[in-house]
Amino acid sequence: MLRYSTRRLLTMIPTLIAISVIVFVIIQLPPGDYLESHIATMQAQGESIDQKKIEFLREQYGLDQPMWKQYLDWAFGFMQGDLGYSFEYDMPVNDVIGDRMFLTILISVVTIVFTWLIAFPIGIYSATHQYSWGDYGLTFIGFIGLATPNFLLALVMLYFANVYFGTSIGGLMDPRFIDEPMSREKLFSILEHLWIPVIVIGTSGTAAMIRRLRANLLDELGKQYVTTGKAKGLPPGKLLRKYPLRMALNFFVADIGNLLPSIISGAEVTAVVLSLPTTGPLLIASLQSQDMYLAGSFLMFLAILTVLGMLVSDLLLAVLDPRIRLQGSISK
Amino acid sequence: MDEPIISVRNLKVSFEMATGEVEVLKGVDFNIGKASTIALVGESGSGKSVTAQAIMGILPSTARITSGEIIFRDPQSGSITEISALSQDDPALRKIRGGKISIIFQEPMVALSPLHTIGDQISEALFLHQQTGRSEGLSRTEAMLDLVGFPDPSRALRTYPFELSGGLRQRAMIAMALVCRPALLIADEPTTALDVTVQAQILNLIRDLQHDLKMALLLITHDLGVVANMAEELVVMYHGKVVESGSAKDLFENPRHPYLSALFKAVPRFGMDKDDRLVPVRPIDQKLGAHFQRKPAIKSQSNTLLKVNGLSKRFTIRSEGLLSKAPSSNIQAVDDVSFEIAQGECLGLVGESGCGKTTLSKMLMRALLPDSGKIQYRGPDGPIDILSLEGNDLMAMRKKMQLIFQDPFSSLSPRMTVFDIVREPFVIHNEGDLQAQRDLVQELMQLVGLDPRFLNRYPHSFSGGQRQRISIARALALQPELLICDEPVSALDVSIQAQVLNLLKDLKNELGLTYLFISHNLAVIDYIADRIAVMHRGRIVEIAPRSELFSNPTHPYTQSLLHAVPHPDITRPLDFKAINALGGNDPKRWPAVFRFEVGENAKWIDLGNQHHVRAHAT
Repeated sequence: MLRYSTRRLLTMIPTLIAISVIVFVIIQLPPGDYLESHIATMQAQGESIDQKKIEFLREQYGLDQPMWKQYLDWAFGFMQGDLGYSFEYDMPVNDVIGDRMFLTILISVVTIVFTWLIAFPIGIYSATHQYSWGDYGLTFIGFIGLATPNFLLALVMLYFANVYFGTSIGGLMDPRFIDEPMSREKLFSILEHLWIPVIVIGTSGTAAMIRRLRANLLDELGKQYVTTGKAKGLPPGKLLRKYPLRMALNFFVADIGNLLPSIISGAEVTAVVLSLPTTGPLLIASLQSQDMYLAGSFLMFLAILTVLGMLVSDLLLAVLDPRIRLQGSISK
Repeated sequence: MDEPIISVRNLKVSFEMATGEVEVLKGVDFNIGKASTIALVGESGSGKSVTAQAIMGILPSTARITSGEIIFRDPQSGSITEISALSQDDPALRKIRGGKISIIFQEPMVALSPLHTIGDQISEALFLHQQTGRSEGLSRTEAMLDLVGFPDPSRALRTYPFELSGGLRQRAMIAMALVCRPALLIADEPTTALDVTVQAQILNLIRDLQHDLKMALLLITHDLGVVANMAEELVVMYHGKVVESGSAKDLFENPRHPYLSALFKAVPRFGMDKDDRLVPVRPIDQKLGAHFQRKPAIKSQSNTLLKVNGLSKRFTIRSEGLLSKAPSSNIQAVDDVSFEIAQGECLGLVGESGCGKTTLSKMLMRALLPDSGKIQYRGPDGPIDILSLEGNDLMAMRKKMQLIFQDPFSSLSPRMTVFDIVREPFVIHNEGDLQAQRDLVQELMQLVGLDPRFLNRYPHSFSGGQRQRISIARALALQPELLICDEPVSALDVSIQAQVLNLLKDLKNELGLTYLFISHNLAVIDYIADRIAVMHRGRIVEIAPRSELFSNPTHPYTQSLLHAVPHPDITRPLDFKAINALGGNDPKRWPAVFRFEVGENAKWIDLGNQHHVRAHAT
């Protein structure tokens, strides 16, 4: 197991290096760089530019250097925690992202927990009561959740929250708390605003999760080892938890790999509609304006989270499933 | 006689289907006496397993007991429970299930959870039904594992099912069923999925344990050989009804119901004469068409159709991946195999699962490339080296050899009609236009005794035997010379087996085909083959003409195989002691002349009469 983990960790390194090269090359593909287009815009508007600042930036970030040099600088900086400089926001990328990271992770984690809490009992109920009225009813509601566009649901909920609870439109807190230090009132305000994006982002995920859990569990329930357990005289609840549910968890654990990257990139459209101060909209904007270090950092974060998520999935699967842990594979 | 522990009275069970309710048990009556052995015999779909499920109270949710009763009398306490009146989750029924009545299934692989250790799954039954502390429970589990013959019981507690061989898995399953010392054990086809030498061991084990624990046994099987060896009483089921019951001795000597006597005639048994024919329960009517006829004999200097020389194939098992340099272990799937097949002959290849039979057949078909060796096929100008063929030559070669698979369910695409399936070979080899193909396909259907009107149906509407005939039609489409039949009747019921075997036999004569017939069932091989090769762990250990092999088996493995086949004849019981003494499939227990080191070159001893055995010269 230790060997497996170490090896699994080591293989991540070349993967990440390859991803970083690809990310950097793609960002550099459009002609010119941010500074050039920025200067052009300024001059077209007849405004003077601080030539010193431009030159400082050019030098600082080596925009006049060949691409491989730029890549190495960026990559080594990244490893030391220096994410580069955002031209658009005129401040280090660390500061741009840092603000929003906390709120993003908060929303995402609460959403994931919300999804699991709702999806698990419903999925299990649907599978064990297949083709009952309860199953049909819950499935129907789930499909409505799946089919409703998130942004539409977001607008509807904003309206009702404002009309009935007096919650301010958009954002994650009352406008007066923005840029305030954290306080009890601010936290309360965040919680008051939080449930809307959680429900909006969560509904479609919940519906999909219910369907998958139901399908997986149904497959397992039909297998013979379940009959064996029943023939042993196990009570239904214990039988369900010990055998089929445990097997059905495999897919769920494998899904964690996809979950982590969605923490920072997930639900961009909803975030824009709800004007949430999360990282999703930031990523879209940075890609549009060719803000290379900001976009690059984001993409790298996504890559790292993906790779990490897969690692967590794989390790958990190995812990959960002895077949993965103990069985070799045959090569022909 | 004692009071029976189980009485089944006029039991009727219906299944709810999309098309309406279907009655699968139509009034079943029988008793199981204390410590007796009852065999429930019948073909698949006759309701044997449903009866067992009803007794256990584990019928699927679509099934319903519509009338009748199942009464259980606990021989220890004398209490009486009406099983049929209780709901499946009733605590009273749960106490009986696994505690007083337990069951073992056919497929030990799928019947055990792959995620839990053997020890966990066995001790679970104990903790459920008996007040036992954890350490006492585990030691009792260990004792049980010892009793069912695990070599290292304390280690076995911590192993997972997939780490065990099929025989050991079934032993674990038996341990699980018996750990609470039930009054009745239901064995639902307990040995059907096992190799014949392992089957003998398991049957012996069940019998010994039954004797030790004084429990009753309800044996469900379609194998009359197993029945003859195990059962005291017989209950024969047909289409959800009991058609005949009585003592095994009476029924074997004097079957009264036509179904049972037909079944006896359909089972291949040892020592049949060359021209004895099996009588299928449901005969088929096949006829030759204008196109598919015996081909004129090809003028050739030799009669040998296929010659295999020193064929070897090794699979590598990777325990680690990618960056590791961990040593990978190898499996020698096929090891230095040589044989010849003459034109018009049927060579039987017999061996247990995992011995490399299928790998060998795949290499002959060029589906796998061997590591070394030579495969030569007779051609117009001398032998053709199959392994060096490429492109068009290989395509042309493929027409001459065709394969029939074991599983008639997975070998036919469920998304193609029968017409498309049988026609596909013509499409691949670009032969004829649609009309010509249609004529040929119709002729092929008649050739295998199927109604050409079925051509637009999909495989799911056919039974196993019919599907296997569709497979045969597909294999014959290109008029091959050599058919490789890889366990073609293993997945079929006894009653259907005879039908397909007869069909293959007739086709061979009518079309002048040559067969390589692979099977683990010696009686089947005996019925169809002219010469028999016995394979063990990738090697051929003995090869001889049929009668020679059966009258004078020389290799200990061949002898074990022959001894371990249960005969459908109550006067010829298995001799468990002799089987055990022969060493079975374990080379370490063979006499020294038959033992070879890994990599040691084959030495063959010619016993005359084309009889060769792999052994050191003595």
